[in-house]
Amino acid sequence: MSRQFDVVVIGAGPGGYIAAIRAAQHGKTVACIDEWKNKDGKNAFGGTCLNAGCIPSKALLESSELYHRARHEFKKHGITTGDVGVDIATMQKRRASIVRQLTGGVAGLLKANKVEGLVGHGKLLAGRKVEFTPVDGDAEVIDADYVILATGSIPIELPMARFDDDNIVDSWGALEFEAVPQRMGVVGAGVIGLELGSVWARLGSEVTVIEAMDDLLFMADRDIAAVAAKDFKKQGLDIRLGAKLTGAVAGSGGVAVNFDDKDGAQTLEVDKLVVAVGRRPFTDGLLAEDAGIQLDDRGFIEVDDECRTRVKGVFAIGDCVRGPMLAHKGSEEGVMAADLIAGETAEVNYNVIPSVIYTSPEIAWVGQTEDEVKASGRAYKKGSFPFAASGRAKAMEQTSGLVKVIAASDDDEILAVHIIGPMAGELIAEAVLAMEFSASTEDLQRTIHAHPSLAEAVHEAALAVDKRALNYPN
Amino acid sequence: MSIEIKVPQLPESVSDATLVNWHHKAGDTVARDENLVDLETDKVVLEVPAPTAGVLQEILIKDGATVTAGEVLALLNEGEASSSSVSAKSGTPAVETTQLPKNEASVSVKTSPAVRRLLDEHDLDATMVTGTGKDGRVTKADVMSFLKSDHSGIVTPGDPAPAIAGGEHVVALDRSEQRVPMTRLRARIAERLVAVQTSAAMLTTFNEVDLTEVMALRRRYKESFEKEHGVRLGFMSFFAKAVTEALKKFPVVNASVEGTDIIYHNYYDIGVAVSTERGLMVPVLRDVDQMSFAQFESELGAIAKRAQDGSIGMEELTGGTFTITNGGVFGSMMSTPILNQPQSAILGMHTIQQRPMVVGDAILARPMMYVALTYDHRIIDGKDSVQFLVTVKQLLEDPSRLLLQI
Repeated sequence: MSRQFDVVVIGAGPGGYIAAIRAAQHGKTVACIDEWKNKDGKNAFGGTCLNAGCIPSKALLESSELYHRARHEFKKHGITTGDVGVDIATMQKRRASIVRQLTGGVAGLLKANKVEGLVGHGKLLAGRKVEFTPVDGDAEVIDADYVILATGSIPIELPMARFDDDNIVDSWGALEFEAVPQRMGVVGAGVIGLELGSVWARLGSEVTVIEAMDDLLFMADRDIAAVAAKDFKKQGLDIRLGAKLTGAVAGSGGVAVNFDDKDGAQTLEVDKLVVAVGRRPFTDGLLAEDAGIQLDDRGFIEVDDECRTRVKGVFAIGDCVRGPMLAHKGSEEGVMAADLIAGETAEVNYNVIPSVIYTSPEIAWVGQTEDEVKASGRAYKKGSFPFAASGRAKAMEQTSGLVKVIAASDDDEILAVHIIGPMAGELIAEAVLAMEFSASTEDLQRTIHAHPSLAEAVHEAALAVDKRALNYPN
Repeated sequence: MSIEIKVPQLPESVSDATLVNWHHKAGDTVARDENLVDLETDKVVLEVPAPTAGVLQEILIKDGATVTAGEVLALLNEGEASSSSVSAKSGTPAVETTQLPKNEASVSVKTSPAVRRLLDEHDLDATMVTGTGKDGRVTKADVMSFLKSDHSGIVTPGDPAPAIAGGEHVVALDRSEQRVPMTRLRARIAERLVAVQTSAAMLTTFNEVDLTEVMALRRRYKESFEKEHGVRLGFMSFFAKAVTEALKKFPVVNASVEGTDIIYHNYYDIGVAVSTERGLMVPVLRDVDQMSFAQFESELGAIAKRAQDGSIGMEELTGGTFTITNGGVFGSMMSTPILNQPQSAILGMHTIQQRPMVVGDAILARPMMYVALTYDHRIIDGKDSVQFLVTVKQLLEDPSRLLLQI
């Protein structure tokens, strides 16, 4: 007699566990299957985000930034210390502890919502059946009315620089270094590459980033990328643009990295090489031959805008489907799938998903870049306000960066907000909310912002759109 | 306790009114003085405010019905709102904002700061605008496109009925037709315009006025006038004063016909035609002969504003002895104004155009305006009408004569 659930979710990352909890809140019987195993051999819920991505990186970013500020900024405040040192083992213990608390938290939440957490491998069969193979045990077939596939993504491996789990590592590996690499190479100056590069550079590593594109942060607004490029350079990140990796060989002395740039072939000796060139959807062993699920040419599971696959009753969400590979996007798709299963109307507004890069200065944006607006042909106006003119930012000694607002010329609708600077990832929330409500620049202009705050910069940037900034020349 | 909401006292010449539309429905919570319903008469639109705060219990008379003074329109349950108060827009409780906008109906519609500003500036009601924002909210863009389109009365299925509908404009998208009933105001205007033509013997006499001197005066004293009196020196005060002086010389032009009697008026109440969204209105300025230029300009500005925003009272629209109308603001060069009965004459002003005129022996470019006087030939003869108009012309061409009253 096979077990039966209303909803079976495969994957307990931010997409899967949220979908499972939401479905349970609708009164459904839910099972959530997950096979994530950490480097210590223990299974844990939470997926890449909690175990090898968002959370551990934020923990290390915080620790490394504090160390950096203690060493370089404290004396400006008149704070005297001796020589400030860092104990990586303790830092990593803290990181691991936070991860453990949160993954344990997910397990607790699933239990509290009466979701059956199943540790092991899930495979979708035909007819909405799921084959579940526990970590130690025999496979069983579970019947489901609905299945939600949420297996996420894994780092892309480059054939000329295969991972060796030692000196050529992926982002996860870079999060668990036990010592500060003297010299570190990073392939890929995307979000992950820059964040990891920042962490170890601040802790004392000599970091070189190799980026194949000619522009840094090609997906961000050009004005933001320009500030980022300048600041990262000042922080000692050696970013080589237009540099294509040709090979990497790990040897006794470290890793010999070969790449081509505009000047020709180059080599670089590093102790550790981190490959962070992107992530690919993970569907290995997920789909039976006759499951009926279609993958696109990049390996993503094909879904419509309600995350339904071609198979009736089977949804797919998060990094394993199209769209930005962001945890919050996966979570909202999980909520949408659960709501649709419960018979409610639901949708995800893909136009208003914020992106955040947790470097210092932090970068965040929602909406189109200025180039994208230009390409769309819509007449626009823009305004920006530098944090150098913000009293709060000055008090915080974090005056690098700016807020930029782009709006439509015809009806004043806010088209985008781009921020580089302190707390950008928090400040962007106001912009997301405003755009969700189709707010106009005037709405932002007429909303009171507390003083002194970083949020005022958003207010001033909105005023600047109409050349009415009050705390900066227009 | 239940209070009856009744039709207020209607001004003397008005027998009944049309209930245009309710701003709330049964079950809504209303604040004290909040406008409940609009009643339209021949001349103005009246608002009926809630005498106390409470819940609108029952609506007894529907939109579009004809009502008379004292009739009970609805029942209001006095006191604080009960638990089930539903707003006009969605299933959320009515939001009372501290700044009550002019049209209180928008209190129950969620609006953003920019939207509130636009609604306020253009004296609109949020319920008049179709919302395309989240949950049907009205966005700034929605209000902007509403203002751009011809919003003076297009009623399409599914739209909330505008509070005050012009109801006259038809947008032809294909060869089909659209039947739009006239508003009460329009129907009344149409009736009167036809009536005057069958009762009076209307003729129009023309002349032209060289406004060089008036314009020179205005140019020279524009700033000091405004500084001294706090109001702009326009053309209307010159015309009004010239007209008043001429009326003194030709009292029959200031008279009216009643049956077989001629009523001579020993006062000079001049009506000035104002074009508003609802239609043509003629607010009347009393005892213009006793007003200074500044007083006239100031009064005119105030009363015209009241006509535009619909707050003008019935008494301000009746009882004039003469009317001035200015087609020039729309570009009219010459026209034949229609009488504003029971008045016997009306002066039409037109655009000022530079024309070559013979001055002495020279040909000079002068700012000229054609003026028209339509008059009731039953009591005004050609001699009087022509000489009246010549007098007005002379007074305007040499404004010192206004000062000296010659």
